Amino acid sequence: MPQFTDLLFYALAGLTLLFGFLTVLNPLSRSPVTSAMFLVLTIISMAGLFVLLHAFFLAAVQVLVYAGAVMVVFLFVIMLLDLKADERRHFNKIAVGVGGLSALAIAGTLVASIVKTVPVSQTAGRLAEGETKALGRLLFESHILPFEILSVLLLVAMVGAILITKKDLR
Amino acid sequence: MEAIKYLSPTAQMILFSALKIGVVFGVVMTAVAYAVLVERKVSAWIQNRVGPNRTAPFFINYLPVIGPFLVKLGIFQPAADGLKFLLKEDFTPSYVRKVYFWLAPAITVIPALLTVAVIPFGSNLGSEKMVIADLNVGILYTFGIVSLGVYGIVLAGYGSNSKYPFLGSIRSTAQMISYEIAMGMSVIPIFILTESLNLSDIIRYQAEHGWMILKQPLAFVIFLIAAFAETNRLPFDLPESESELVGGYHTEYSSMKFALFFLGEYANMIASAAMMVTLFLGGWTLPFIDALNLPASSLLLGLIHIGVFFAKMAFFMIVFIWVRWMLPRFRYDQLMDLGWRRFIPLALANIVVTALVVSLFNN
Repeated sequence: MPQFTDLLFYALAGLTLLFGFLTVLNPLSRSPVTSAMFLVLTIISMAGLFVLLHAFFLAAVQVLVYAGAVMVVFLFVIMLLDLKADERRHFNKIAVGVGGLSALAIAGTLVASIVKTVPVSQTAGRLAEGETKALGRLLFESHILPFEILSVLLLVAMVGAILITKKDLR
Repeated sequence: MEAIKYLSPTAQMILFSALKIGVVFGVVMTAVAYAVLVERKVSAWIQNRVGPNRTAPFFINYLPVIGPFLVKLGIFQPAADGLKFLLKEDFTPSYVRKVYFWLAPAITVIPALLTVAVIPFGSNLGSEKMVIADLNVGILYTFGIVSLGVYGIVLAGYGSNSKYPFLGSIRSTAQMISYEIAMGMSVIPIFILTESLNLSDIIRYQAEHGWMILKQPLAFVIFLIAAFAETNRLPFDLPESESELVGGYHTEYSSMKFALFFLGEYANMIASAAMMVTLFLGGWTLPFIDALNLPASSLLLGLIHIGVFFAKMAFFMIVFIWVRWMLPRFRYDQLMDLGWRRFIPLALANIVVTALVVSLFNN
């Protein structure tokens, strides 16, 4: 049923945009915790979009890593800091300007890449079965070097974070 | 029954799925209610008490012998408890953050119930597979959904806007993330051996090559202990630890909202028991008897498979309950130490060793 999946796509895409908007600009609440919760909802609706593309592995990992782990740590930090001042803060004109500019830049990049991409209709069919294996092969065979560099980069960031928090090590 | 054949495949799928969802939901809810009863009875026996033995509906007088026996077992206690939770005053303190305070109990229960969707609780009845959603990434789905369960506790603590719940929720974030890592890593050797993320495939592999608990005892131990931490059960129930935090994250809750947290905890126990049965104890299969090891050929065998699965699950539920009343609570630093400095390195070593052995034997 193609119409049904189309309908689902528009519903999920709409929800993603709505939640994303509410993350940065919520008219009802300025609480950072609310923003974080809407970001979680954005991530979950994006996982729904992955499911529509038959990319179940990506969808599951998206929820597992971003919604389940990263955002929980975010919440942890927000709750510990208890950003009361931030709730009353008014709009910073420079921040709004810079934010709008970068949003425009990203939108431009996305539109350009959509226009330039040649549609490949077979991709979804190929991904539907054994995509976890295919993804693993891609990561560990053809893209092993960038993958390893990325993991070392993450390790560096982690060591750096520990170094900053440990005052007596400096 | 004949009419079903004339429906389109999609309509059949929707009908059978709805049926399975309804039945599984009902069974899980009943199991939760009776798990509470078993918990009370087992704790009573361990502490040399009698446990619930009074609740008797009016019609019990018409049943000779069996009636009083059922009353002594406390069979009707869950119904009385449920009614009590529904009828008690639902008090909302004035200082809470209302939206989160209301959302938190629901967020605790829903993920626990969603997990059950991918678990194959039997082979098949007729031509219908006994799993609601036979996902290719079944186990990742489970971990993803389980990881969302922590929001219920975090938001309960934040929404309550008072000190003890807040401390409880801060503890739970750190604890659940830590043990999720150990839990996730402990199952990787299983994927290396079975070469699949699908839970039905993992059961098929175990039927052919023997149960996973014999091949990966270390992974099983890590998973079991991490399951205690993930479900917030003693010896790791620090988010609620009643002796220091009153009730932890659910201190401010009353009536049905309070009951939902308990429902969530027991549903989580059932879900992790089902996961352990599927991953390590061969799911619905029993070795040495061919009829029980292969997908069912008749309706009766299908029902026996479901029975086998439930028996194994009940075993783990009893273990959960038994451990709770036998062990004291860990200190928070001990808990973190155990998670990060013992289990994660052990799980990593287990992955490396398994991968080495598999690659050596395959060549």
